Amino acid sequence: MRNIWIIAGRELRRYFVSPVAYAVAAMLYLILGVIFFINIYFGLQTGQINPDGRMVMGPMVTILLFVAPALTMRLIADEARMGTLELLLTAPVRDWELVVGKWLGVFGFMVGVIAVTWIYPLILHRMTNPGIDQGVLITAYLGLVLLVGSMLAVGVFVSSLFDNPMAAFFTTLAILLGLWVISGLGSGAGTASEIIRYLGIVDHYYDYLYRGIINLPDVVYFLSLTSLALFLGTQAVESRRWR
Amino acid sequence: MIEVEGLTKYYGLHPAIQDLTFRAETGEIVGFLGPNGAGKTTTMRILTGYMPPTSGTARVAGFDVLEESLEVRKRVGYLPETVPLYPEMTVVEYLEFMGSLRRVPELETRIEEVLERVDMLERAESYIGSLSKGLRQRVGLGQALLHDPEVLILDEPTIGLDPAQIIEVRNLIQDLGADHTVMLSTHILSEAQQVCDRVMIINRGRIVAEDTPANLQAQLAGAEQILVRAAAEARDLVPLLRAVNGVVEVKPTEHEGEVEVRSAPGQDVRPLVARAVVEADLDLLELRSAGLSLEEVFLQLTREDAGTEARAEG
Repeated sequence: MRNIWIIAGRELRRYFVSPVAYAVAAMLYLILGVIFFINIYFGLQTGQINPDGRMVMGPMVTILLFVAPALTMRLIADEARMGTLELLLTAPVRDWELVVGKWLGVFGFMVGVIAVTWIYPLILHRMTNPGIDQGVLITAYLGLVLLVGSMLAVGVFVSSLFDNPMAAFFTTLAILLGLWVISGLGSGAGTASEIIRYLGIVDHYYDYLYRGIINLPDVVYFLSLTSLALFLGTQAVESRRWR
Repeated sequence: MIEVEGLTKYYGLHPAIQDLTFRAETGEIVGFLGPNGAGKTTTMRILTGYMPPTSGTARVAGFDVLEESLEVRKRVGYLPETVPLYPEMTVVEYLEFMGSLRRVPELETRIEEVLERVDMLERAESYIGSLSKGLRQRVGLGQALLHDPEVLILDEPTIGLDPAQIIEVRNLIQDLGADHTVMLSTHILSEAQQVCDRVMIINRGRIVAEDTPANLQAQLAGAEQILVRAAAEARDLVPLLRAVNGVVEVKPTEHEGEVEVRSAPGQDVRPLVARAVVEADLDLLELRSAGLSLEEVFLQLTREDAGTEARAEG
């Protein structure tokens, strides 16, 4: 277990010295800031501010679709390219500890980035009367964290397949986009459609968690997707040894 | 201690190493000598627990590399061919990271000791990305030493260094060889000759020769060879020199008055040959050793079909 924290800690520190991480965070805050400003501005014009703390969360999910691949692409692929993976795989570290540690590092970074966006609902809360529904807000944020965790896990898995970060970026993006739009295919009735609908990643967020309802199947979906991706990532790292 | 038996590794259908068997004791420096693609890196990767063998067993520091991989990895220090470093870290940060993964006790003190040993104390706070190739090599070596491993496996430790650095690294390795098991690979013969207690020549995945550098040279050269040239007909020299004690064979070369003399291994017949020529009242013009160097032995052993060889390392 300690190895996981050591690897995660190192990864986390690495984001704080990495220009990519700052660029990603800056982009996120810029876009969310503009959206928030427009909302408030028009709200003040009409004298009616919508007391919904989630006004930044919808756009944030879309941005995360690109952020997750960008932050995870080099996690393992770059180690492989630089030859440092050989160092980690010959250190007394289990393969799963490496994969989980890498994921935990980027997850910790993203949770930090997302936590900062709490400032928008806080502002909104002070501007409106009687304020915003904190229960819905907290649930929506919980859902967002679950969603991000599974997106990043997919990114870690894909990164473990490649020696080239760019290849990992586009593959992760493709998989996440696929999971995003797949539920559109399951519009009909029947078991097949139900399964397809269940696979869709954003529906599990928007349908309940975003509305402030903790729906167990959705939580299970995110946790399963995260575990599955990390398991496959471990398998992929292990298979590198056999090549 | 390293014990390897029948070790074989296939990449697909291509055998990278076949049926390797050898031992290396504590306090021994063993050199792995061979051309590129001979299987040196593959063998080392198996010994460090990086990849499993296809068949055969390897035990390092008493643990099986396949069954007890983590125990092996705890006890091995490894310097891969491409030194694995993180350019955005400082030397100390890098060693702290590796040291914590390896649970090195009293890490700060140990890092200082290691930095002193590889002579990097002044550059401890430098970013690895800003270091020269030679200094990076030292950092890599420091990483391998950090947890004071029982077994050190160094893949081409002097590659890319300048002559002064090469000497430093060789001295360091010899120093470490006193109380560790050291296995190093090289394709530089003089290096194996200078540093190693024992040399294994590997070619196309097989060990083709194994002995001390001196013995290897003597044994594989078959016999010592000397060339003798005198102001005389070669046919007069032949019976004369054949009578000399220790001479096995004498045959004329294509040059006027020159013969090639083979002697029993490890026996220097030059003084006796010189005396025989002079005592026969002939003028000795030239007498020189034509014994094969380790280099020639190496080429001879590894020459066959080297051209058709596929790359086994990678």
